[in-house]
Amino acid sequence: MSTNTTTLEHPDHQAKLLDKTSFGFWVYLMTDLVLFATLFATFAVMRTNVASGAPLSEHYNLPFVLVETLLLLTSSFTCGLALLAVRAKQSQLAIAGFGITFALGACFLGMELYEFRQLVIEGNSWRASGALSSFFTLVGTHGAHITIGLLWIGVMMWRLATKPIDANTVRRLTILSLFWHFLDIVWIFIFTMVYLLGAAS
Amino acid sequence: MSTTTSTTVKRIGAEGSVVSYCVGFVLSLALTITAYAMVTGKVLEGWPLIYSLTGLALVQMLVQLLFFLHLRHEDEPRWKLLVFDLMLLIVAILVFGSIWIMNNLNYHGHSLPKEGTDQYIIQDEGFEQ
Repeated sequence: MSTNTTTLEHPDHQAKLLDKTSFGFWVYLMTDLVLFATLFATFAVMRTNVASGAPLSEHYNLPFVLVETLLLLTSSFTCGLALLAVRAKQSQLAIAGFGITFALGACFLGMELYEFRQLVIEGNSWRASGALSSFFTLVGTHGAHITIGLLWIGVMMWRLATKPIDANTVRRLTILSLFWHFLDIVWIFIFTMVYLLGAAS
Repeated sequence: MSTTTSTTVKRIGAEGSVVSYCVGFVLSLALTITAYAMVTGKVLEGWPLIYSLTGLALVQMLVQLLFFLHLRHEDEPRWKLLVFDLMLLIVAILVFGSIWIMNNLNYHGHSLPKEGTDQYIIQDEGFEQ
């Protein structure tokens, strides 16, 4: 029993576990990428099918979306810094870092929901045309991921506040930061392919 | 024993530092704002713009993979990189394949005008009467 405990707490064992868990999570992220790819392909095919409505580009507010993008990018950065604080076993700094990440992510989500609300109020909901359906599905799926990420950050902040940082916490926060950085990368493509190219064409 | 511990410490230490996160952040900011300015400033249009914006997005993806997701610090064998490459292939087939097939269906489907369809096909496919 005592030998078992020492093996489990051995730094080498923990490092292997961290490697395995983060690889498993990486494989999940890559399959999630395929999900987003199907939605991107659907959008690329459907984007001009606006029925009798205006082209999608007329609904975009580029400065608004740029602010969204910068918020999410900054949150990805602070998430990385918070993870460094976790590795250095600095609970207070880590809570502050994830707190800022959470706040920026929540602002991003709020702006996205505001944009959706405006579209629906103006009669351009997902029911109006194929183009809008594919737009809402693509951007909304990303938003749903962000919502899950925010819940996850909240739960982990509670854990950071109530427990000292152990190997388990480090492992969970490592995959959480993988998730958050991944969502930022997906957003770069939404920003470029949906908004920038949409507005330019 | 002491060697394994020291390599572990080195590997974990190599996974990102304040400097690498800052470099990634500044590069991403610059790339985002460049892409935005290219569209609002109307520097380019048509295909050159599409290629440039896609290129900027791909470069930013690479920057974040290296500086935020630390893909370059992986130990051998590089399973993460392998899975990533496989996914890139699947994504490329999926996205470009869909666009290609749907355009083709559009072309051969009913969206061509009734009059002039023969003319269209003769010109596009190079058939002679």
